[in-house]
Amino acid sequence: MKHRTFFWFILPTLSAMILFIALPIVSVFVQSLFIQHEQVLIVSESCGPFGCTPTTSIDAEATAALREAQPLGRFNGLGTYFDRSHLATAEVAEIWAESSGLASFVSGLMDLKFYKALFFTLTYTFVVTPLVLVLGLAIAVGVNNLPKAMRGVAIFISLLPFLVATIVGSMILSWMLDGEGIIGATLQIIFNDPSLSIKASTSLMWIALMVYGVWHTLPFSFITFYAGLQTVPQDTLEAARVDGASKWQTMMNVVVPHLMPLVSFVTLMLLMDNFRVFEPIISFQAEAHAQSLSTFIVSDLREAGNPLYASAGATSILTIIGVAILLTPVLIRTWRDFNVKAN
Amino acid sequence: MFLKKIALSGAFAGLMGSAAFAADCGPSGKSVRILGSDFPAIQAVSGAAEANCAGSAGEFTINLRDNTRDMMNQALTPNPAEYTSVIVANSTLTQLMNDDLVRPLDDYVAKYGQHLKPTQLITINGKVMAVAFMANSQHLFSRTDILEKAGVDGVPSSVEDMVAAAEKIRAAGIMEYPIVMNMKVGWNVGEVFNLFFLANGGEMFKPGSAEPNVNSPQGVAALNSIKSLLGYTHPDHLSHASNETQALWESGQAAMAIMWGSRGAAVLDAEGSTEEVTSNTVLSAAPTAGGGSVPAATLWWDGITIAKNIPDEDAEATFAALVSGLTSDLMEEHNDKAIWLIDGFKPGPAAAGVAQSAAGGAKPYPMIPYINLMHNALGSELVDFYKGDESAEDALADVEAAYRTSAKEAGFLQ
Repeated sequence: MKHRTFFWFILPTLSAMILFIALPIVSVFVQSLFIQHEQVLIVSESCGPFGCTPTTSIDAEATAALREAQPLGRFNGLGTYFDRSHLATAEVAEIWAESSGLASFVSGLMDLKFYKALFFTLTYTFVVTPLVLVLGLAIAVGVNNLPKAMRGVAIFISLLPFLVATIVGSMILSWMLDGEGIIGATLQIIFNDPSLSIKASTSLMWIALMVYGVWHTLPFSFITFYAGLQTVPQDTLEAARVDGASKWQTMMNVVVPHLMPLVSFVTLMLLMDNFRVFEPIISFQAEAHAQSLSTFIVSDLREAGNPLYASAGATSILTIIGVAILLTPVLIRTWRDFNVKAN
Repeated sequence: MFLKKIALSGAFAGLMGSAAFAADCGPSGKSVRILGSDFPAIQAVSGAAEANCAGSAGEFTINLRDNTRDMMNQALTPNPAEYTSVIVANSTLTQLMNDDLVRPLDDYVAKYGQHLKPTQLITINGKVMAVAFMANSQHLFSRTDILEKAGVDGVPSSVEDMVAAAEKIRAAGIMEYPIVMNMKVGWNVGEVFNLFFLANGGEMFKPGSAEPNVNSPQGVAALNSIKSLLGYTHPDHLSHASNETQALWESGQAAMAIMWGSRGAAVLDAEGSTEEVTSNTVLSAAPTAGGGSVPAATLWWDGITIAKNIPDEDAEATFAALVSGLTSDLMEEHNDKAIWLIDGFKPGPAAAGVAQSAAGGAKPYPMIPYINLMHNALGSELVDFYKGDESAEDALADVEAAYRTSAKEAGFLQ
């Protein structure tokens, strides 16, 4: 395609991406550099049904004047990125100085919410992603080997977890895992321990979240690989069979290499999705045991009542950077493959 | 002539009569748009306003939903605002006033609020900012039949009594987890700390400043009181909020609970529970802690505010409509739905707990611009202590550090 034609072809998509993705990210970044004005407070008497007390309130007029003068707030540079709610550089340095070894450093680090959330998010990502890849491929191969008449039903059933809305699926599982729910209560009977509670144990909760993550995203990798399997060249398969390759050898040496581009694609999507894990934490009510960067953004924007935009903005940008770091190895690999093919 | 006179006076009397009975709805043809939380008392108040004034308004909408606190500031920020009135509580009035989103009500009170009691007016800096219509507070719910069976005399009045009673119930094999309380991570964890901290005489902030003051002997005492109770709650307690605790209570799986007064009527009514549970449930003051005499509860009110960023006539019509419902007529119909602050309220059994908590000297929830930031920090940082991963002092130090970080960003600390 000529460059000129390509340009006109891509222009609508490109402008939509700039308008709806790039510019908002820039705006979020700009907001993350500013913090609120110094508040002007007044102390006065406040009265109500329970009597009168001296109360502090914000001087609305003075604050309005400050806002008029500097609508974005006070410039704070990258200060928010390094504060205790985010990278916490000062605190990390202190923990490092005080710690006696790696173990005590790590346990000190886990006291900082950003690193605690990062630890969970990365564990979640690196457990769920490979499991989904391998299991998805296994199911795809399994379904592909079924008699034609049964495939339709098998595909439909395998896709079900994907059809259920995330929030609904995780809520149902959460109720089942509850001490009063069918899985939770059964476990108590099996282990004969009435105090056994998945929701009270951090490690069990993590396992539950990851099991849910695998269950929910499996259909995505399954259907992609299943589509890929339909394109495996029959000649090559036949040649392998004639050469006396076992089923396993054919799988590893013919099918998997053929599907490699799809593996890269699915890995990219899974890494991105899993790093932003959010819904299961909310519907499992697992906030006591697992937090992710996404739950922090929501709590900065909603829980605080008066939103902390700088903090939420900084967490958003850090999430984007985190996703970018995770994706880099996969992207480099794809780029190399592309160059090899192009040459 | 005579006939004409009679006809005229009759018409006159008719007019007088309707004027005396119909509510004064202020300017007609205006827009009234109400946002509030979805519970029976607010349904009653907004419903009464609609019945009285929907006819004379140009537009009358009511939106009652959960978690209004998460979106009310965003809804009132544009001009004109999405709603003309938000029904708020202590903490959410602070949240709206922080962004200067509600207007003073003095003129409207003078014009339409003759029937309001002076204690209903929430006055800040000399201006009426809200009109309260109900009170709410946490207090103790007890199952007298279970306590009796376990050999406990009367209803517990302190945390120590509760723990002793819970131990007896457990020892008697009646229940493994006799206590329930709202301990869901986040807002509820923060609120439970507030109850016991204030009951221990703690002050959230150093006097006259936004500097945190929770890492104190009172803070540690509060955490220890709470932890002693948690030994007898369901292991899932960190995921229990009001709906879960009410369900546990109504299904007869608890003997003592610290829950909201506003749940009292729903617990005592015939719906969702058995006769055995409802007839043996007694509401009383929240427990005292650490040998003190103040119940571990915070006092709350719910009331009406009027948005700032709306036309004055819409504001006037909205205020007139809402206060037109706050009369003794409302009390006749909805007396048992809340602890009303309105003239003509007759306290029933569902009101006993809140009344006793208030009489015992429980403190109102503080209306301070930076309290939400502290509440948030408590709600997330205390979890490590409750899970047993951290000491009380360390958890409280983390709370102060987390609060300082967000208070700096919000401009309250330097």
